Amino acid sequence: MTLTPGSTVRIKTMSPLGHIRTPHYLRGKTGVVERVLGPFKNPEQLAYMVPAPTRTLYRVRFEMGHIWPNAEAPQDTLDAEIYEHWIDQNAP
Amino acid sequence: MPHDHHDHDHLSASGHPYRKDNDGQLTYWQTMEIAIRELMVEKGELTPAQIQAQIDAMDDRSPANGAAVVARAWTDPDFKKRLLANGSDAAREMGFDIGPMHLVAVENTIDTHNLIVCTLCSCYPRNLLGLPPDWYKTREYRSRAVREPRAVLREFGVDLPANITLRVHDSTADMRYIVLPARPEGTDEMTAEQLAELVTRDSMIGTGLPKSP
Repeated sequence: MTLTPGSTVRIKTMSPLGHIRTPHYLRGKTGVVERVLGPFKNPEQLAYMVPAPTRTLYRVRFEMGHIWPNAEAPQDTLDAEIYEHWIDQNAP
Repeated sequence: MPHDHHDHDHLSASGHPYRKDNDGQLTYWQTMEIAIRELMVEKGELTPAQIQAQIDAMDDRSPANGAAVVARAWTDPDFKKRLLANGSDAAREMGFDIGPMHLVAVENTIDTHNLIVCTLCSCYPRNLLGLPPDWYKTREYRSRAVREPRAVLREFGVDLPANITLRVHDSTADMRYIVLPARPEGTDEMTAEQLAELVTRDSMIGTGLPKSP
């Protein structure tokens, strides 16, 4: 997956167990790639000391009003680091 | 408020709750750590002096390191550019041993304020700021900083005007974050060393602002 800053992305809604680095409150939400952080070993495997594939890590920016419908300042933003396998390629 | 409690069994004579001590049985992982440490010393892989030196190095890290980075960025525009482009390299350039840490610096400006949190655990740029404050690791801060960050900031004494955009950064994976606060007014004549004294730990987390001269 190669995304560039400015790309609109949606976070998958899956709920796997384990050492997961995508917080629940962002699952199913839509944001914009803020920057590409580069390849990192997937911490979801690394945490269990098993072979970890390298995955691209992105910083994705979400609008507070999108995450929380009653946000005090909807235009405020939340940035989080999201691994490529958490980005839904089939979503607009 | 501890002094308002009615259940005096859990309070000390001063009215504060007792803090649970740590003299219970060792956990599985504590036992394993001691076993591995002793084995490595026995096999000559490490000396007790090396282990103590590493503990001392970790204890020596303090927000003063981050403050020196911020003050340099305030006084050296080229360094500031490098810091915002690659925080890790800029910190190393100043001589700080930050290990493999990936540091991202986010800049407060006239219209933007930044706040750092780690909702999933308690990620913190320890290599540059030392140990995190206890509140940073609480469920309350970690959940409310993303859910109602402006209310949290007001409790810290930072009342953001509506025309300032607040950017919350959740360190969910491999990056660690430091806020580059805005340089206070009335500091034009100050040296980087003097400026560093104005940079508080909380101003580098985003829950505070630098001190005024």
